[in-house]
Amino acid sequence: MIKKLNARNIDAKECFYGHKACGGCGESLALRLALKVLGEEAYLSLPAGCMAAVSFIYPNMAFKNNAVITPFASTAAVATGIAAGLEALGKEAPLSVGFAGDGGTADIGIQSLSGAIDRGEKFIYICTDNEAYMNTGIQKSGLTPFGAATTTTPAGKAIHGCVTEKKNMFEIAAAHGITYAATASIGYPEDFLNKVQKAKECDGPAYIHIYTPCPTGWGHGSKITVDLAKEVVDTGLWFLAEYEDGEFRLNRKPGDFKPVADHLKRQARFRHLSDEEISQIEVMRDRKWEKMLKNWG
Amino acid sequence: MSEFAFLNGNEAVAWGVRLSRPHVIAAYPITPQTKAVEKLSSFVQNGEMDCKYLHVESEHSAMACSIGSSSVGARTFTATSSQGLLYMSEGLPYASGARLPIVMMNANRSIATPWNIYGDQMDAMHVINSGWVQLFVEDAQEALDMVIQSFKLAENHDILTPVMINVDGFVLTHTYEKVDIPGQELVDSFLPAIEKAPHLMNDQDPMSLCISAGNQHYMEFKIKQHRDMFKVFEQLERIDRDFEKSFGRSHGGAADGYRNEDADVILVTTGSVTGTARVVVDSLREKGIKAGLVKLRLLRPFPSDDLYELIGKASAVGILDKNISFGFEGTVYTNVNSSLLQKGYRGRTFNFIAGLGGRDITKENIEEMFSALLEQKGETVQYFNMGCAL
Repeated sequence: MIKKLNARNIDAKECFYGHKACGGCGESLALRLALKVLGEEAYLSLPAGCMAAVSFIYPNMAFKNNAVITPFASTAAVATGIAAGLEALGKEAPLSVGFAGDGGTADIGIQSLSGAIDRGEKFIYICTDNEAYMNTGIQKSGLTPFGAATTTTPAGKAIHGCVTEKKNMFEIAAAHGITYAATASIGYPEDFLNKVQKAKECDGPAYIHIYTPCPTGWGHGSKITVDLAKEVVDTGLWFLAEYEDGEFRLNRKPGDFKPVADHLKRQARFRHLSDEEISQIEVMRDRKWEKMLKNWG
Repeated sequence: MSEFAFLNGNEAVAWGVRLSRPHVIAAYPITPQTKAVEKLSSFVQNGEMDCKYLHVESEHSAMACSIGSSSVGARTFTATSSQGLLYMSEGLPYASGARLPIVMMNANRSIATPWNIYGDQMDAMHVINSGWVQLFVEDAQEALDMVIQSFKLAENHDILTPVMINVDGFVLTHTYEKVDIPGQELVDSFLPAIEKAPHLMNDQDPMSLCISAGNQHYMEFKIKQHRDMFKVFEQLERIDRDFEKSFGRSHGGAADGYRNEDADVILVTTGSVTGTARVVVDSLREKGIKAGLVKLRLLRPFPSDDLYELIGKASAVGILDKNISFGFEGTVYTNVNSSLLQKGYRGRTFNFIAGLGGRDITKENIEEMFSALLEQKGETVQYFNMGCAL
């Protein structure tokens, strides 16, 4: 039986500190929390992106763990290479973990992630999703949601922000028949910690997709990062779920959703949205929930 | 106990890898390298090799997995060719910059387009600035032996640089030769277990690898890497001398001369065409023509001193290139010509471009090259065995 983690029994040790991330950075919080569960024995792979940029600036290294910056497309491949190397050298139960953002996961890194899951090796992949390429200056990624303004999908006169919906990375990972997959949000840290714990214990590849607001990219106050990450689940715009033993499971089924408009308007990237567009987002949300409740109930 | 076998170049490489006992192999199949990875897979599947074989989904991931496994201190091998090498080329400077002693076989092949699977050396030249040692072999025996030597070279803590062993596509990869497969015990005593370099990831003293360095540090990292590359010459020669003591055969250092001591005209070659050129040199010598040959075994680091010593006072030097740097000339020529100029060489140099996309380089072609050198006639850059007028 896996011990349930909470604020009282979580490890006080820090493995990620002194980094140069922006105030209120959701991604760095996700890493910090995950490493409390994974421990300093985990070997980390991170591609080019904010977390690599803020943690590996010679000579100031921010990880207590062994860690490597990977070629952008290669988080999962490097992570499995590390696992294979450690195993071949005789290390018992090596723990190799990849952390990549939404672009590094859903766009450029999806092939190596797919290949690595397919090989069935034991490794953990955590996608820290802030819904755009933040390190290069807030450009659209495959996980940018409908309506969001980015520097490559600005709120123009002809086209009003991002016109595509988020890629279903969680379901794509699950469709491989992965051993364990989950979604999470830094707004629900206990849920996240326990999912990381499950991923650590499971015998095979594991994927966790965590929602991590970005004050700089989204245009919100750094104090409300965690609040937004909680609200997004309560409004139904993000969901907490797991895929285990071939089955999907919803961890939270909100009875009534909190109003979407209030949540969106707290972020500069959505401020241009018309009432009609906000209604459109609600329709998309409801359609998604209808499917999830029907299929994963 | 060593044994003789009839092997093609790919199989010879696979045997070299098997005897080197790597911890991890990550590879993706590509013609004409496929037989090498198939053979290695069968060694692993049959329990004849105790190593982790990662069936990756692309060459990009083959290099990435190799970076991962090498970064924790595992002896790592991969193999590729042509477009595959280009596809993994993003990872090459990661590996060399992080000083990871990965060994890779590259089955030399043309580059698209037009599409062509046959052998030339455009692929290797494409990545010549990637920070990898670039070694070219002449036959299957040298290919097998150089895998073993390359691990020893790459893993030397003064070097810590990945090595690319270039094996000419089809001419070497698919041609069968009699090859001496050394006994495992002999190889074990020559190539001990990999000794983990202090900068690699480890449990006792965790490391951050492939770090970023600002403009106040970046240049020093690169110059250090550059300077360490020059140490390859001395180490390769030492390794080859030791190899000869154990195995009874030698392949030399960075460059190798053949009947070059008193030669008037010298042809510089890389890889498999050297064998044909030797035959031509012999026949010209029989006619009283003072022809000689220099085989470049290393293109990176580039052996300027050795080259000048071997070429000496020849009145003309021809450089045979199985590649073109479009809009300029053959890449080997650029390197040799620059190096000779710096050394004060006073003879003429010619660039002979031949064998692109697997086009034959015949003995007659090489005789023509020597004629051009003897008469010192024609353009500086000349093309051989053209099928039609352009």
